[in-house]
Amino acid sequence: MRSFSLIDLASLVAALRWTVVLVVLALAFGAPLALGLAMGRISRFASLRWAMAAIIQIIQSVPLLGLLFFFYFGMPVFLGIQVPAIIAVTVAYTLYTAAFLGEIWRGGLEAVKQAQWEAGSCLGLSLWQQFRHIIAPQALRLSLPPTVGFLVQLIKGTSLASILGFVELARAGQVVSAATFQPLLTYALVAAIYFALCLPLTLWSRSLEARLDGSR
Amino acid sequence: MALVEIRDIHKKFGRVDVLKGVSLDVEEGEIVTIIGRSGSGKSTLLRCINALETVDAGEIRVEGERVHARMRDLKQFRQRVGIVFQAFNLFPHLKVERNITLAPLLTGRTDKTKARALAEDVLASVGLADKIDAWPEQLSGGQQQRVAIARCLAMAPHLMLFDEVTSALDPELVGEVLKVMEAMARQGMTMILVTHEMGFARNVADRIVFMHQGRVWEQGPPAKLFANPETPELASFIASAK
Repeated sequence: MRSFSLIDLASLVAALRWTVVLVVLALAFGAPLALGLAMGRISRFASLRWAMAAIIQIIQSVPLLGLLFFFYFGMPVFLGIQVPAIIAVTVAYTLYTAAFLGEIWRGGLEAVKQAQWEAGSCLGLSLWQQFRHIIAPQALRLSLPPTVGFLVQLIKGTSLASILGFVELARAGQVVSAATFQPLLTYALVAAIYFALCLPLTLWSRSLEARLDGSR
Repeated sequence: MALVEIRDIHKKFGRVDVLKGVSLDVEEGEIVTIIGRSGSGKSTLLRCINALETVDAGEIRVEGERVHARMRDLKQFRQRVGIVFQAFNLFPHLKVERNITLAPLLTGRTDKTKARALAEDVLASVGLADKIDAWPEQLSGGQQQRVAIARCLAMAPHLMLFDEVTSALDPELVGEVLKVMEAMARQGMTMILVTHEMGFARNVADRIVFMHQGRVWEQGPPAKLFANPETPELASFIASAK
């Protein structure tokens, strides 16, 4: 046994990089997919709406842990493909992000009155121009608080990647705690680091909300 | 050739026959006011002219071109036919200037250097030059409706449709909107209005069209129609509207 030192703190902070990498990957691939799902959910084609709703329903019903297990341990069994861990977690977090953000954004898009689409189309704008300049900015403001709320969940959700061997923040906490026998201090620090990561996001979202809501 | 030619159009919503064979011509520069009770099909007729609704049968032509929701140049068509709604439908996230210049910029009618001048110009024509930098929700209902009219004018439409544009306004705000519409009429804009403002219909319109049960029941110049309604339905409508 050794006492808790600055090196332990440094290893916790260093482990943050995996947390950040996982969040960035999840957002980079998940957000465009979420936008596609959200747009599919409000499409005028019923079959597309149903298909998107089914995909979202299935992903949302499976625990994140289940998704991780499926893509890492399940793929070799079902498809005979050995997937590198980083690919498996990226796919799992991407789908998780896409399903939840997609549903949040769909809600935002649907909260904008139908008459706004109509007003745009009556001015001769294309469907894309209506979406891009009229609907999306209004939907963005409405969706911002739940989007950031989800982002905070995602950051904390990356701790599950530790079961596939990623030494992200939570896993690093376990390691340090085991080495120093100071679980209380270690986990308090881990919590503080998560907090320090999430708080600015929440503050940023609030200021962005105020800025986007320029009319008030 | 009339600017708008409507030939025997039919429209159903589910099982409800809203339009049962409507025919109507509107000449260039003419101001036609459509009156009638709620549910008589007035607004639906207006929305069909702009292809916001598709007719089930019959034909609508504007400037000789057949109108339907799948027409190839629907976007260009909509730029030529402005419509103003009861609920204004301004874009709440954009300032007045941007509300007006968004469509002209995106459709290539104007460029960035001229956009502000265009907004100033059309706002001046509705008496709101000083509101160019305001947010929609800082304006009264009457002002918002005038901005909505200015937004249409910025597209230099050949035809303007007005769908009960004063119905959502407080009584004291109705006058300012009607005044703007009167000025447009004087300038020769072709206008088709659905309205409950009988005074406006009487004083400004060239022709009144009375709709009843999905049909054009009676039409003619306002003086004649209001003084000598031919049908009991119109007579009772005029009596109830007084």
